[in-house]
Amino acid sequence: MYTWDFGSLWTYRWLFVQGLGVTAAFTVAIVALGLLAGLAAGLAKLSRFAPLRWLSNAYIEVFRCTPLLVQLVWFYYALPILSGLEISAVGASVLALSLYGGSFYAEIIRGGIVSIDRGQGEAAAALGMTPAQSLRRIILPQALKRMVPPLMNQSIIQFKNTSLVSVLAVPDLLYQGQVAAHDSYRPLEIYTLVAVLYFAALYPLTWIVRRGEQRLATSD
Amino acid sequence: MDPSVTQPKIEIAHLAKSFGSHAVLRDVSLAVPTGGVVALIGPSGSGKSTLLRCINLLVVPDAGEVRVGSDEFRFGPGTRLPGTQALARFRAKTGMVFQHFNLFPHLTALANVMEGPLTVQRLKRPEAEARARALLAKVGLADKAEQYPSRLSGGQKQRVAIARALAMEPAVMLFDEATSALDPELVGEVLGVMRALAADGMTMVIVTHEIAFAREVADRVVFLRDGIVVEEGPARTLIDAPQHPDTKAFLAHFHRRGDAPAAGALAP
Repeated sequence: MYTWDFGSLWTYRWLFVQGLGVTAAFTVAIVALGLLAGLAAGLAKLSRFAPLRWLSNAYIEVFRCTPLLVQLVWFYYALPILSGLEISAVGASVLALSLYGGSFYAEIIRGGIVSIDRGQGEAAAALGMTPAQSLRRIILPQALKRMVPPLMNQSIIQFKNTSLVSVLAVPDLLYQGQVAAHDSYRPLEIYTLVAVLYFAALYPLTWIVRRGEQRLATSD
Repeated sequence: MDPSVTQPKIEIAHLAKSFGSHAVLRDVSLAVPTGGVVALIGPSGSGKSTLLRCINLLVVPDAGEVRVGSDEFRFGPGTRLPGTQALARFRAKTGMVFQHFNLFPHLTALANVMEGPLTVQRLKRPEAEARARALLAKVGLADKAEQYPSRLSGGQKQRVAIARALAMEPAVMLFDEATSALDPELVGEVLGVMRALAADGMTMVIVTHEIAFAREVADRVVFLRDGIVVEEGPARTLIDAPQHPDTKAFLAHFHRRGDAPAAGALAP
């Protein structure tokens, strides 16, 4: 019978703190950049200008239909050779994760906008608003309310996806766990702790999302 | 003489519009004098709503001319469609009221009415609010200013929508079946506001199924069927003594609801 020894992990506490910090910082960066990419692609997909729609569609489908791990490896190993630019592991990770998230955000944002009743845009136009004013003042404020829960869900998935950057030796929580495991020969305790830390960070977030969904449902 | 007195406020000439292969409007012409009230009646699918939406170019016609005041647009082969800025400026001068109200649900009644003046006319907030409160009082809803649309009845929503359109101080008001989505007991309050507007001298085009109301408030009635003007004339003459068999058949469907006119009401 295996005897657990979590006490010995205390030596590595700062490693875990650092790893969790990197994971959190990554999540903030890729959620923010992903939302920007998603907003641009979502609006482009609704454009009256056909080439913009095709471009946006191509982007969304390419990133949705290839595995994230493959994208990470490709951005790190293939892109620098093709582009001639030097790309760090962190840079490749941020790029791949943001664009991957953006492809999902784009569909959520587009769906939120088209879910708003046509009459809203007509009423705004009848008042003399330009399409841009109508989008900013009338459509987006309403659509945003509907988008928030799915956007939050997708962001939670993105938090978990950051663990993949460990394959590029980016020192996130999982990577630091691997370092500690090699050093301590205690992989069972270490990977259990890593799982618990992810859970401890994410569970409160899902709880907040659920609360938010209930609040939105009652205010309608 | 001032040309604005003799020239109609709204002039529509030879308008045509198709959705796909379906011709909704075919060579429709219409003129509304300043301060005039014209009612468009006809069976559903007759094109009356499309015609109304062509007046503020919410629907862009395929061919013909649209003039409101001094703004004139021509459509047809070889003409360029107006740009979004030009369209927006033009629509700011006409008010429109929709069958389903289309109030902005994320804004209070007051903010709904302030939205046009704030965003389109760039009015200062205190001025926009003063104007909006005055208009809400005018439609009898001063005490509902802080309510969200979801807390208002259908009749109240439609009165807020009328106030919202009036806040742009339009030269022309367009009503697209403004009472069709209302419970029967709420129709009266909305018709009351429209009646007061007409009495104030507002130029109005009304798409309606309220034949008795059209007869009472409109100066002229236009009967459309299958995208053509079948018959047009002074409201009472057309409704009381239609000439065309189609108009007769259509009007026969309506029991003049409630306020059937007394014989004396026909006198001028």
